[in-house]
Amino acid sequence: MSPAVGARRLRLDPVACDGRGLCAELLHELIELDEWGFPLISPDPVPPELELLALRAASACPVLALRLVPA
Amino acid sequence: MTGAEVVAPSTLRLFAALPGSSFREHEQVHGSLPTHSAPELIAAAEQAGLTGRGGAGFPMHRKLTAVAAGARPVILANGSEGEPASGKDRSLLTVAPHLVLDGIQLAARAVGAQRAYLYIPRDAVVQRSVAEALAQRGRQPGAVKVEVVTGPDRFIAGQETAAVSKVSGGLAIPRFAQQPVYEKGVRGRPTLVQNVETLAQLALVARHGPAWFRSVGTSAEPGTMLVTVSGAVARPQVAEVALGVEIAAALDVAGGPTGPLGAVLVGGYHGAWLPASALHEPLSNADLKKYGATVGAGVLAALPAERCGLVETARVVTYLAGESARQCGPCLNGLPAIAGALSELAGARPRRGARADVERWAGLMPRRGACAHPDGTVSFVHSALRVFAAELAGHERGRCTATSSTPVLPTPRTAERGWR
Repeated sequence: MSPAVGARRLRLDPVACDGRGLCAELLHELIELDEWGFPLISPDPVPPELELLALRAASACPVLALRLVPA
Repeated sequence: MTGAEVVAPSTLRLFAALPGSSFREHEQVHGSLPTHSAPELIAAAEQAGLTGRGGAGFPMHRKLTAVAAGARPVILANGSEGEPASGKDRSLLTVAPHLVLDGIQLAARAVGAQRAYLYIPRDAVVQRSVAEALAQRGRQPGAVKVEVVTGPDRFIAGQETAAVSKVSGGLAIPRFAQQPVYEKGVRGRPTLVQNVETLAQLALVARHGPAWFRSVGTSAEPGTMLVTVSGAVARPQVAEVALGVEIAAALDVAGGPTGPLGAVLVGGYHGAWLPASALHEPLSNADLKKYGATVGAGVLAALPAERCGLVETARVVTYLAGESARQCGPCLNGLPAIAGALSELAGARPRRGARADVERWAGLMPRRGACAHPDGTVSFVHSALRVFAAELAGHERGRCTATSSTPVLPTPRTAERGWR
């Protein structure tokens, strides 16, 4: 399977997000916080070695604002 | 200039009939509604090169095709026009409501819709005009029912998902959408959201054909568009001009500048400032691209040379920050911060670092909100930093070239007007 097949990226619901910042703690490789504590998320596909971490970050969001979607 | 013909400054098509024309008078001027099939209508929109007149300029036939592919689609004619410097949709709905209603019927036929909504601001003149026009038409055989929905007169109330939310019975604020509105819009149905002017243009294309439509404008951007010309011009007004007309000529339709100009705001508050040296440019997206500008919703606001563009920009951005629906973090935090730093830059001897703050925060805004409000606002801010760079340097040395502080751009008060 080529790396692009089934590739996924992170998608944020900006209305639901209230800037708790857990996602950036769990996935600092792809998520930074701006100076108000809201996430800046890499638009690129999640590299395979980070998929598990990305899933954990998404499921840790207390308001379910973060999702993994097809890239 | 991109393949444009020489055109008269004002080209009356949408505004061909007298204001206040009855349905009969409208049909005498424009002819009765043609009976094209759905594929014919979509092909005509494509051949005409008709693009959205609400600001984004998306090709109409692509939206029609996408919506027609869905089950039980609906039409949402968007006339909410929250842009304070724009009056063209209000004008159109007041002067030629029947063209908009024709366009709604044609769009409904093109996509197979049985239901249509006309979304307008709570403006007594517009509401009366639309109600009278609908009453004059009565129940025409084969026509879809048009339900009028009024929304709050606020800047973002016309953003696509805000319009869909309001028409669906919710608040007129943007929503985060997993699916585009052409798949899932009003009450979950595929929805054609189209500016009222675009629909009126479709009514003309259907009657006169794509070749007629393309006989004015540029080859890449054909037809006419409504512009709202305001600021330092002799007779501020809504005018209809061919795309590709010189910006100076569009200002001349409104009586021309009342004095030397410093800059012109093009597109709207999500648009861009153009330096006065660019007034010879044609009014087209192709020609405005190098200024980071688009024709947008047709706003042309002339800033007199004796006013400070930074002061105007700071005041407008403060207004735009107040118009945030306060749903998304970047918009809620970023826009007031940017407005604050811009207000410093608009004053004498601004804090060192204020400009860097504006640039950094502006860079953080794009593509992070549920709607285009943060993106549009920062593109306006970037244009101000470019066009008023010399003024900015002056302010840093404690000098402002302005000799008058009377505001040019309108910034209505927004305190607690709600989103119903």
